Parts: sequence; structure tokens; C-alpha cells
Amino acid sequence: MAEQFVGKSFPRFDADKVTGRARFINDIKAPRMLCGKILYSKRPHARIAHIDTSKAEKLHGVRAVLTGFNTPDVRVGFLGDQTALKRDKVRQFRDEVAAVAAINEETAEEALELIHVEYEDLPAVFDPIEAMKEDAPLIHEVDARGKPRRNNILPLPWKLEAGDVQKARAESAFVVKDTFKTTWVHQVCMGTSGCIAEFDVNNNLQFTSVTNVPFGGKDRLDMFLRNIGIKGSTRILTPYVGGSFGSKLDTDIYEFIAVLLAWKTKCPVKILFDRQEEFAASPPRQPIVGTVEQGCDKDGRLKFRVVEMILDNGAYTSWGATTPSVMMVPISTLYRVPNISFRATCVYTNNIYAQAMRGYGNPQATYVVEQSMDQLALEAGIDPIEFRLINANEPNETSPMGLKITTCPMKECLEEVKTRLDWKKKQGKHDGHGVGVACFLHVGGGARVYRSDAQGLILKVDDEGKMTAITGGTDQGQGSETIIRQMVAEATGFRPQDVNIFQGDTEICPWDVGTHASRHAFMVGHAILMAGAQVRAKLLAMASTWMGQLISRNLQKKARQDSDFKVPDVDLNLLSNPENLDISNGQIFLKSDPENKLLRLPVAQIVRSAHMVGTGRGEMIVAEAFYDPPNEMLNAEGKGNLSCCYTFGAHGVEVQVDQETGQVTILNYVAAHDVGRAINPMLVKGQIYGATIMGAGYGLTEEMQVNAGRVMNPNLLDYKLLTAKDKIPIDAVIVEPIEPSGPFGLKGIGEPACVPAAPAIANAVADAIGVRIKDLPLSPEKVLAAIKGKGK
Amino acid sequence: MRRTIRFTVNGDPVEVEVQPHWPLLRVLRDELELTGAKMGCGEGECGACTVLVDGKPINSCIYPALEAEGKQVLTIEGLVSPDNELHPIQQAFLEKAGVQCGFCTPGMIMSAKALLDMNPNPTEDEVRHALAGNFCRCTGYVQIVESVRHAAELLSKNTKRTGTGE
Repeated sequence: MAEQFVGKSFPRFDADKVTGRARFINDIKAPRMLCGKILYSKRPHARIAHIDTSKAEKLHGVRAVLTGFNTPDVRVGFLGDQTALKRDKVRQFRDEVAAVAAINEETAEEALELIHVEYEDLPAVFDPIEAMKEDAPLIHEVDARGKPRRNNILPLPWKLEAGDVQKARAESAFVVKDTFKTTWVHQVCMGTSGCIAEFDVNNNLQFTSVTNVPFGGKDRLDMFLRNIGIKGSTRILTPYVGGSFGSKLDTDIYEFIAVLLAWKTKCPVKILFDRQEEFAASPPRQPIVGTVEQGCDKDGRLKFRVVEMILDNGAYTSWGATTPSVMMVPISTLYRVPNISFRATCVYTNNIYAQAMRGYGNPQATYVVEQSMDQLALEAGIDPIEFRLINANEPNETSPMGLKITTCPMKECLEEVKTRLDWKKKQGKHDGHGVGVACFLHVGGGARVYRSDAQGLILKVDDEGKMTAITGGTDQGQGSETIIRQMVAEATGFRPQDVNIFQGDTEICPWDVGTHASRHAFMVGHAILMAGAQVRAKLLAMASTWMGQLISRNLQKKARQDSDFKVPDVDLNLLSNPENLDISNGQIFLKSDPENKLLRLPVAQIVRSAHMVGTGRGEMIVAEAFYDPPNEMLNAEGKGNLSCCYTFGAHGVEVQVDQETGQVTILNYVAAHDVGRAINPMLVKGQIYGATIMGAGYGLTEEMQVNAGRVMNPNLLDYKLLTAKDKIPIDAVIVEPIEPSGPFGLKGIGEPACVPAAPAIANAVADAIGVRIKDLPLSPEKVLAAIKGKGK
Repeated sequence: MRRTIRFTVNGDPVEVEVQPHWPLLRVLRDELELTGAKMGCGEGECGACTVLVDGKPINSCIYPALEAEGKQVLTIEGLVSPDNELHPIQQAFLEKAGVQCGFCTPGMIMSAKALLDMNPNPTEDEVRHALAGNFCRCTGYVQIVESVRHAAELLSKNTKRTGTGE
């Protein structure tokens, strides 16, 4: 039967976002709720000599003042390299030195001003390359276990080796090598970070959180409670969330502080960041220095690729330090390269530290690789698109990293770019007008970064004929509330409008790894197919018990009411075999006579009959699924099939560069994406448009200006987001190879479009002005300087 | 030193005691519990707090509450009809996916309302100009622009049917 709901552009179901009734963390209040505020360091690197909180404690309305000196010395974070409130020293400007809880925001702010901190300055280091030197100031004297540290290099030796790079280099006809840099960029969620922590009298923590990893967050908070000596457990509730883009993957320090304040006061405590705090004290995407060397033979076939990355880790460690695991994906597998060497070094500095951001290391890695691809194409005298076509990935191949590619329409995407941009006519002119291209691959079928990559789902049918999908996933805006309904309807025979979604409560929802890595549609889709099949089987079995007698009763009643009605001659026994029945539009009917209105019943009537059977033998319909995909964790060598499938694509950009001002204008933009199968093409395009603009901002305007550790532009006036006025005409091309490993053929599409935008733009600008700019963003100042410096 | 101000919100007369330095957003959200308008920056940059004052879009996070005296304020809560039907602009944002996370949406819709009240059939550039002060991090604006233009079509159909713009 043709699919009824999947593949169609259903309008979004989350209607209360347009009415103002959707409740975000900002909008939630609780009785007795206090306002929590954090005092941050005024120094980038200093010993804390003394903190005087006496005046703040005496202020009317202040309920708690906490510092590292009156809270448990419990380490938090991925490497356990910090405490919630700092005691011995501060290592960055965003270090949390003290926190207060007060009856309102004004009082809390006043209290912060009354706290006096004495610092003894220490030498600081802000450049990761400087920080690697032997005589650099040590950011951490000891590690989490108390063992002395000798240098600032993190104990995370990311590396991947495949083939024989030396030999391949010697055999290459053309070799290029260069170094590229990227800068800090912020996720800039429109909703700032916030949480509400409260304890019940049994010491259980209820934590209202903007996380998109509720169960990971629960784990971390449960461990924190244990470590600070509280015998309770955590329940996480997630409200509507104003964007994530990676920023809500880790449990952040302010969240532990809210727990400490709530425990101290036994009142609900809310911490809500203001915009400046969001920029200065929430972890963004880290900068890299990436050196890349590539070689190809005389026909343009890639022989080898060597990449060395240095990541400015900042003062502490969050998920930013694990992004090299995803950098490996493009570095080893973007195009067919048999010989690979990759090393990444994460270095502590006195800068702000980094988290995940859309693409998880892939944007930095693809930026580096794709510029080198253009340089090598030029060296070999081959058109950049032809060079990519020669080396394009193919379906059903295994890469040096062990990634098993299934479907792969990379060539098709490149051809789309070539045709739609009229590439041949426009490329290689260097007259201020240019075109550029960049491809990408990204995980499209989950990513086994933990031992589990699973998603739990419960489907529950009520006696109104409605279905509730109880999912462990979260929605940060990507549209899962719409596509879950479409997929459940498709899998069960219900109508999308009869499906409700319940999520965001760890007490009720089944376990899930988290809504990250573009994995949600893929995982929940599989779970829907599994649980949906059970719902159908159970419902049809239930119907086979009830339909015969219910229909017989209906027919007799009709005959009594209408003397002209003749009970038709049908074999009601057919209804007692589930194999003869089917469900569509919330109705159960006889397969052999689907149009017969007399022989169909709504699901509601059957479920109600089964509930109300009155003999103590009632039944209900609930089905559960826990889908854990067949992907692999990376082994000690950094190899393994991380995802069930990989998504590919190509972005092509046509730019005009103003020779007087250096301003780059995007005239045309083609974003060709392999999505496996679009469950909702309109929402898929929404992901492509949104991520492309975010990536274009990375390429052109976005930059956290971090000067000697301090964020100099922590506001939306000075941090330049693209606005509605920055019209970029994006032609989003959806390519649908129908992925065999994906539910309904889909692949994940949340992150990918953010990946190739900056390098495609950089390549177009290089084509337009004939000189390459090697650090982001391509601001008018840099472009102008490049034009003026040309030929020097 | 509190002062009492009187104005109408979504057609209802209200009387509120305010501190002179309070912005209108604080009065709407904290005193009147109209939490549809959002605080995205508090500095008049992001537009998430946009409401209409006498039909004009303003950043309520920096608009002094005292300025609202005697004026008509329209917030996102005032757009749904008394029988709980969505306004055509709200409908259009769902149909064309002008909504993702939803945080910027109330402000975005109010800016769109101000535009369409003045200019019922805007071009793409006019829509983009009207929304220049409303930031969105999710959509890249493409489907927001499509939503506003779709809303213009829905409203013009309504006008033809009922003879009014409402």
C-alpha cells in the first residue's frame, strides 16, 4: 500500500508556539521560588586569596551565599577538572566564584556586588601553541585524581592512522600543504540557558532543565547528589526549549550551582542567564589550528591526507574536547583517500572552554579539508568539481576509518551544484565574481559515542481512539513533534491528528541516549516501527475478539430501528481472524471488503469494549520498544562503523566581492543534500535553510572576540548574526536515495547543512579574488586586506 | 517610588503600579503574566519581546512602561480569537514552518502583524526589511518570509469573504 503520511509536508503540530502559550524555562514559576545568580571571576588566572561574603549574607532577602569554601569539594565535568564553585584558583574569566539565592533578581544582583574577592594574579596563557611549550604556566597543577600534571596537553591523544602515508607521499604527482584557523563561535540560542532546581522532603531533586540529553543529565546530577552526600534521586523535566545546537548536551556548571542553592535553601531556585552571561559563561565551539597536507596522482586521484589539529580547550573540559572523534569522519572519509594520518591535540589555556555545536567538529575539519581540496585541484590543473567527482565517495564502500557507506549520492549532489550554478561559465575568472563548492559527509544513522545509542518508546492507545507516543527524546525545534505523528500514523494506521506526544520527564519516559548527532528521527523512527507493529498486532487480535459481536449487535439494532433495513448476508466469522483485518485512519475493517461501512469499526469502540469487559479479563493496548542500532563504538585505533549510514551533500556558492569594501555578497547558493528519504520535505528544508545560514554566518560574520581570555562582544549588537536582511537565495535540493538501514528510508539531517557552508564560501571568495584567506570569518576587513596584498 | 499607569492590553483595560525604570516587558510578563513576549536579550537587539503599541512594533524590553500610559498594547496572546481560533498569521507560521524552537515566534508574528496591517501585500524584500529586528537562530528566515507572505494571502482571502481585515 502506498504511504499515506510519510513524505508529505504536514504543517507543524506545535501550535502553542504561535500563541505564546508554550512555556519555556523563562515562563515557569514555582511557589517560594528564589532567584539564583552567579559571581564570575574578574581575573583570567589567579589564586583566590580570600572571599568576604559577610555583607551579602546580611542583605535583606538573601537566602544563601555559597562559595567553594562552604560547599563540598566535588569535581564535575567530563574529565572531572573543575568544581562547581572554585576554591583554590580561577583559570578563566567565566570561573564561578560565588553564588547567591535571593527572593528576587534585584536582591540577588545587589548581593553579588557586596561579595569581595581578593585575587593573587598568576601568569596566564591564551594561545594554545604557547600553552604547549615547556615553560608555559600550568593551568591545572593536578588532574582529577590528584596526580601532578606536567603540561597543559589534555590526556586525550586523538589519532587515526591508515595505510602508508610516507609511501603515498613519495608516489604523489602533486602535493599541497597549508594551515587554516577557525575562531570561537557561539550557538546563540534565542532562549538563554536556565534551570529550576527543587528538593522534596525525601531529598529527591526535581530539575526543570533545557537539556536535550535528559537521561545523561539525570546520571550526572544523581552522581553529583551522591558525591555531595544527598540520598535522593533526580527527576528531570524539560519544557519547551529555545534552541540547542549542541549547547545543551552537557550539564553545565550553573546547573550544579542551582542544585547547591536549592539544597541549601530547601526552596526552588531558578537560574536564568541573561544574554551577556550566555555569551561569556556558556561554552561555545572552540577554535582550531589545522594543518593539512594532501597529495594526488597525475590523474587527480587522492593518494594521502595528513591533518594535525590543535584545539584551544580553554580552562576546563566539556564535550568540545571530544569533537576530534567526529573530525575523524571527514578527515578519513570525505572522498576516497587510502592513506590517512590524523592527530588532534587539545590544550588547556586560560580562555573560555568549549562544548558541542551543530556538526561536532565536522565544520572545522571540513573547512580545513575542503580548502585543501581546492588548492590541490589548482596544483593538478583540474576543475574543482571535476576533481571532487574523480574522488567522490561511492555506495557500498568501506573507508579507512572503517565507516561502511551504504547509499551515497555525492556525485549526484555535485552534479546538481554544477548545473544549477552554471559552474563552467563562472569558475576561475578571479574578477570579483566567483564560485566555490564544498562537500560533506556526516553521521546519518546515529553515532555510537556511548556504549548505547538506543531510544526507548512507548505507544499507548486510549478508549477515545487516540494514541500517545511516550518518548525519551526531546524537541528543541527540529520538528520531531510533527514527524513522530506522521511516522506513528504510517506504522499503525492511525491518523496523525490522533497521535499525541509525551516527552520531557525522566520519571515516565523510557530511556534515550539524547537528542544529539542528528539521530532522533532515525532512532525514534525505528522504535516506532517496532512498537507500531506490536500495537497493530495487539489491536487486530483485540478486534478479532470483539468485532463480530459488536457488528452483529449494530446490525440488529439498525434492523430494529429501520424496518426497511435488511441485515446483509455476511460471514461475521471472517472478523474473528486477525489476519483478515486491517487498520487505516483509526478504523478497523475487513481486508477483503474495505469499502463496506457496515463491517468497519473505530479503534475507540474496540478498545473501550476490551477495557469495559466487566469480567475481570479486560485488556489494554500498550507497546514498547527499545531500539539500539547495529553501529559500532570506535576502537582504540579510532576505527569502527560509528553510524548505521552516512549522509552526503554538496554546497555550491556564487559570490560577488566588492573590491572597494571587501564585502562578500552571495548571489546564488545551492545546498544539495542526501536525506535518505524526507519524512516531511518542508521540515527537511527548514533544517537545511537554518543550518546553511548558521554555517554562512560561521563563514562570513560570526566571531567571539576573545581578548586575553575575555569575551569582548557578549551581545547581539557586536556578535554578528545574519539577519532577515542578509538575503541568501538558498536552493535546497533534496536527494532521496532511500536508505535501507533507515526507518522509512530516512537519514538524519539536523546538523549536516552547517558543515560545508563556510568552506564553500571560502572557496568561492578565493575564486573571486584569486587569493585564499586562511582564517574565519571572511570579514570585509580580511577580504580587503587580501585583495590589497595580492601579488605582494 | 511607584506610579500607577493605565492602558489597554489586548483590549482589556489594566491599571498597574510600576517603578519608573521598568520596561514594558517586565510589566507584561511579571505583573500581568502575559509571558508570550520573550526576553531574548534585554537590550533591544533580538526582537523576541516585540509587541504592538498603538499598532506599531516596539522592543518591549527597552520601552519604558510609563510610555504605555493611555495606549493600546497588543501582545501575541491577543491574536487568538475568543473561540480559540488561530489568527491567519499564526496559521501561516504553522503551515509554512516559520516556527522551529518557537522562542522568537511571538515577536516575529507581532512584527509580521504590524507589517501586514500597513502593507497587506508585501514583497519579499519588504518582509525581510520588516523582520530585520527579529533574530531567529533556527530557520535561516526563509520559511519565516514564506509564512508572512502566505499570511498575506490568507488575510486577503478573509477580507474578500468577510469584507474586513480581521
